[in-house]
Amino acid sequence: MRTMRKILSFAVAAASFAALSAASAATLDTVKSRGHLACGVSQGLPGFSSPDDKGNWSGLDVDYCRAIAAAIFGDASKVRYTPLSAKERFTALQSGEIDVLSRNTTWTQSRDAGLGLSFAGVIYYDGQGFMVHKSLGVKSARELNGATACMNAGTTTELNLADYFRTHDMKFTPVTFEKSDETVAAYDAGRCDVYSTDQSGLYAERLKLKKPDDHVILPEIISKEPLGPSVRQGDNQWFNLARWVLFAMLDAEELGVTSKNVDAMAKESKNPEIRRLLGAEGKFGASLGVDEAWVVRIVKQVGNYGESFDRNLGIQSRLKIERGLNRLWTQGGLMYAPPVR
Amino acid sequence: MIARHLTDPRLRAYLWQALALAAVIWLGATLVGNTVTNMESRGIASGFGFLGRNAGFGVTMSLIPFGETSSFARAFLVGLLNTLLVSALAIVFATALGFVVGVARLSPNWLVAKLAAAYVETLRNIPLLLQLFFWYFAVLRALPAPRGSVDIGGLVFLNNRGLYLPVPIAAPGTPEALTVVGVAILLAAATAFRLGSPAARHRVRLGCFALIGLAVFWLVVSVGWDRPRLAGFNFRGGVSLIPEFVALVVALSTYTASFIAEVVRAGLQSVPRGQIEASLALGLSRRRTLRLVVVPQALRVIFPPLTNQYLNLTKNSSLATAIAYPDLVSVFGGTVLNITGQAVEVIAITMAVYLAISLAIAFGMGRYNRAVAMRGT
Repeated sequence: MRTMRKILSFAVAAASFAALSAASAATLDTVKSRGHLACGVSQGLPGFSSPDDKGNWSGLDVDYCRAIAAAIFGDASKVRYTPLSAKERFTALQSGEIDVLSRNTTWTQSRDAGLGLSFAGVIYYDGQGFMVHKSLGVKSARELNGATACMNAGTTTELNLADYFRTHDMKFTPVTFEKSDETVAAYDAGRCDVYSTDQSGLYAERLKLKKPDDHVILPEIISKEPLGPSVRQGDNQWFNLARWVLFAMLDAEELGVTSKNVDAMAKESKNPEIRRLLGAEGKFGASLGVDEAWVVRIVKQVGNYGESFDRNLGIQSRLKIERGLNRLWTQGGLMYAPPVR
Repeated sequence: MIARHLTDPRLRAYLWQALALAAVIWLGATLVGNTVTNMESRGIASGFGFLGRNAGFGVTMSLIPFGETSSFARAFLVGLLNTLLVSALAIVFATALGFVVGVARLSPNWLVAKLAAAYVETLRNIPLLLQLFFWYFAVLRALPAPRGSVDIGGLVFLNNRGLYLPVPIAAPGTPEALTVVGVAILLAAATAFRLGSPAARHRVRLGCFALIGLAVFWLVVSVGWDRPRLAGFNFRGGVSLIPEFVALVVALSTYTASFIAEVVRAGLQSVPRGQIEASLALGLSRRRTLRLVVVPQALRVIFPPLTNQYLNLTKNSSLATAIAYPDLVSVFGGTVLNITGQAVEVIAITMAVYLAISLAIAFGMGRYNRAVAMRGT
């Protein structure tokens, strides 16, 4: 009888486990009842997502997750971060371990269509670049024939690099590591001539080198790397919220709404676009499953897109990356969000 | 009638086993069915068709030709061969080193015994991953850049990209010369059979050695060498051993050797003292005692745990992915998985391969073990 009970309880446990994974409840409800957002981030890429010595995460990708938490809970700190390697990230999202993947991930056709996930938008327009030691005297990527290149496994980097060298009829030796810390350490130890990743990543990783000033980043950008957050396919409510949190941050910057003036704007602004964005007019939050002050909270607690960029990547950060393509469309960049109306 | 059968213990045992089997099958089927349904409903691609598609990436080291236009299936093969190569080499080195250290631990020489003990205690108590990083980064930092390579006679070069060795290029007549060497060796070996007078056999042997000498001399003179040359960023030509490979083999074999040493020590100590004393009393020398009495009995004790160590080593070789050695997990379970996004298929294949390798090792060792096992006890 004991054995029988054991077998039965085991079978029931297995069945309920299987049933649990089969059910795909509405993500927003799950997040609300859980009380925090599960956000997948990198294992530490300064400017995008990296923890400080107390374990507090910061960065552009982190700010995006904080913005979602601010919209849902009214508290940007209600986020649990899950650091993921490049090869773990999609599985973590597919399996439901995280609600949103905000981890400097390139939007590509095969990822969008074949992995059961949807990209909510582009948070950073990047492109793959190269870093070399100054002493090599290399001025252009076209001089890299025969070089050894260090990079991360499981990224578009590997494919782009192979494409680039094939296109220009050059040879190279790839050395691919699972984690970026080892990649950088090996490059620093002289294992490779070139370190290649997204250009923003090069600036960030350069800070980890023993002598950052001895290394230069080559001018060539060899690929399009639109980095963006993604969610599981098939939950449109959640997808809409994910996409509009990003748009709200962009719209806020475009309309001049900042963390400092957002309260005043919400009360006093006469501009109908601002009034709609900040919930003073119309009912736009309800259709996303949040209340009308969602954008006010995002901007107040996290800031608009420009503020987040400057704080994490731009002039106020150690990275000092130019806005470049990531300027608003009104300033000659590519950042363009549909209006709230 | 039925009640009587139910009380039959043998029948009941079968019934329970059948129930357990059914439960396992049902569980497996549910898991597979659920996975397939979930993946379909979430729009995740599945199936094994991806294996034939273009890989599009490069690999540091491959035993078979591999390029960007090769297929994912070939990438799998590259990773598999690299895993097998590194495991096989590390098993050989770990066994040799482990036996030496294990015997040394029992040495009457105080210094030798303590050194061996220190080796075992240090190596087996530090996580393998840390040792791997130590070897890799220690080796890398100690070596010069390509332009300042250590030059050994203008033929062999050592730098932080690897060890570069020249390879011979076959010249016309090489196969014939090699055939001559082969035949001469066979002839010389045949003289071991007592045909003809000792003097005649001696003459034949001398002739054979002369032939071998001549052929080898001709080969050395005529064969061209593909020497590594510094060109651009690095050396081209010859063959190279990459530092990842060296670090992995060193780390795996020194780490596993510390466990094998303990296995060997335990095996040797399991032979009762009385046997050695009896053997010495019978007038056998110490060497013969070791060879004829101690080792054969110790091997029986050593073999099963030694098999475990071989299995551990093979599975540990998957840590290669941390230091960029392109093994199965790195190339297939890492890069291919990420490009295709087909985690379920890729991981299933990878696990099946490790299972197959482990079972093959266990099978081989098991056969040998049965051959040396004590009979009739």
